[in-house]
Amino acid sequence: MNPVMNSALNSGMAPVATPFFFYMLAGLAVIGGVLVITRRNAVHSALALIVTLLAVAGLYLMLYAPFVAGVQIIVYAGGIMVLFLFVIMLVNIERSSKERRFNRMWPVGLAAACALLALFVSAFAKGKALFPDRMMTLPESSNTQQIATMLYGEAGRMGQYTFAFEIASLLLLVAILGAVIMTKKKI
Amino acid sequence: MPNFIMSYLGSTVTPGEAGNQFWALIYVLIIFAGVSVAVICMNWIERKALAHFQVRLGPMRVGPHGLLQPIADALKLMLKEDIIPSEADQFVFWVAPLIGLLAAFTVYTVIPFGPSQAVSDMNIGILFMLGVSSLGVLGIVVAGWASNSHYPLIGALRSSAQMVSYEVAMGLAVVSAILMTSLNASGTGTLSMIGIVQAQQQQGVWFIFKFFPLGLIAFVIFAIAMVAETNRAPFDMAEAESELTAGYHTEYSGLRWSLFMLAEYAAMIAVSSIAVTLWLGGWMRPFPNLLNAPAWDFIFSLFPGLTFLGLAAIAFVGTARMPADSFFKIQRIGLAVFAALLGFIALLLLAIAVAGRFADASVGARFRDGIDYIYWFVLKVAVFMYLFIWYRATWPRYRFDQLMKIGWKVMLPISLGVLVVTAIVGVIVS
Repeated sequence: MNPVMNSALNSGMAPVATPFFFYMLAGLAVIGGVLVITRRNAVHSALALIVTLLAVAGLYLMLYAPFVAGVQIIVYAGGIMVLFLFVIMLVNIERSSKERRFNRMWPVGLAAACALLALFVSAFAKGKALFPDRMMTLPESSNTQQIATMLYGEAGRMGQYTFAFEIASLLLLVAILGAVIMTKKKI
Repeated sequence: MPNFIMSYLGSTVTPGEAGNQFWALIYVLIIFAGVSVAVICMNWIERKALAHFQVRLGPMRVGPHGLLQPIADALKLMLKEDIIPSEADQFVFWVAPLIGLLAAFTVYTVIPFGPSQAVSDMNIGILFMLGVSSLGVLGIVVAGWASNSHYPLIGALRSSAQMVSYEVAMGLAVVSAILMTSLNASGTGTLSMIGIVQAQQQQGVWFIFKFFPLGLIAFVIFAIAMVAETNRAPFDMAEAESELTAGYHTEYSGLRWSLFMLAEYAAMIAVSSIAVTLWLGGWMRPFPNLLNAPAWDFIFSLFPGLTFLGLAAIAFVGTARMPADSFFKIQRIGLAVFAALLGFIALLLLAIAVAGRFADASVGARFRDGIDYIYWFVLKVAVFMYLFIWYRATWPRYRFDQLMKIGWKVMLPISLGVLVVTAIVGVIVS
């Protein structure tokens, strides 16, 4: 190791411009979310949703959860959104864009959104005991291993969440089989 | 100043690890330029090789043996009118090629050209690569839809169905390789691209030969799936020119069309790099553990120089064989200059190799090692790039239902089986 590299190592390991990146990503996510519900064109909405999902993936990265960020990109931005677009493209956009966007359910939706907001605000207001008082310094390098240990356990022992994880995967399997059986008349 | 530069050249960590943004930017620029040049070379080689496969000459007019043809093409594309159909969705039409290009080039941040020759070594390297390269399909889908035309839409639908199907088999093949990285003393694997190559070095075997033939089967599945992922022949259903004119980019012209081509070739290089990293030992030269004496290091470090010497010799033979007619005078001079340039690079590389032999463990030796790593990595990727051309020249296009049948009924079960058997064998062995 040479002097230039050493100084770079010492000075450079601190996160760069953290507040800036947080506000940028959070802003992108919010703007994307607003565009999703305001755009008339469904494909534009889907693209805005992709922006939101990617911004959220960036926020996960900032929380030192690279594995969750990677999975977010693969599953949501890469997989689910492609299927979304696939379906949307088969819909007649010109007809659907002339339909009324807000049906009579909007007061219920508004009430639900207000309730969620109130929950967030109350959690933020009296959540001192719930959250750590400062940012946690998690080792980024072992994040994936820690998730694996929690889900699958150490050698020979069941992990903390193994049972819940397996149950969830079984649930997904049932959903997949149900979808296949409902769409196919003859298997 | 030279010391400053040399300290970068001989560093032992990646810029990402060192947290040095300036140096990372330099790496990014080098990789961007390198990939663009590689795409240009690939363009020429593909046209030339395809022509020779079909007993034609291929480009011969622009420069000696058509060497300047890609540059002429690039100029032509830049000068061409950039048409946006009036019925198209303007913004989405405009942004679609950029999505593909961004996805294709972002992947290069984690490709390890050497143990320290990467922009960054992410803890989730392979996951990041698969995720970002799967975003590339968004560009294609959105381009097909925004064109507001039938053929592009069909091409986009085919492409998205194809990519989603083959991603599954591809992911399972990748998982079986990642599983192999955990077969060490601590029992912990890694997702980092550099870590995967280092695991192969520690276990003393490329993963393609590990648990023969399990590694080989997983590799073959990946090699097939990656052709489908990049929409290349024989799986180029998305742009099948005999059925869909040009598929998803039918309505594109000029520079925007060339961005699609650039993204396609950049994605091809990227997936080849994943295959090389996971199964073919990444940057490692042949037999790094068996033949590890300094003399062997020296012999293998001569290869980059010798390769360029060979290319220079071919160019010189080409110069000598050129017709003596005065019409070819300028081309002869040009080719001779090109040959001299290649020869000069060869001598430079040989000089670095010889100098590195006698400057042990210093910056010079590490610089020489760096060139070696990059050379072997690029050589392995180049083999894959040639295979892409070879496939295209050899096999006819599949039908769409055949493609889906292979993807879901053949590749997926095989890759799942390989994964399970690999896990069982791994537990038995360790």
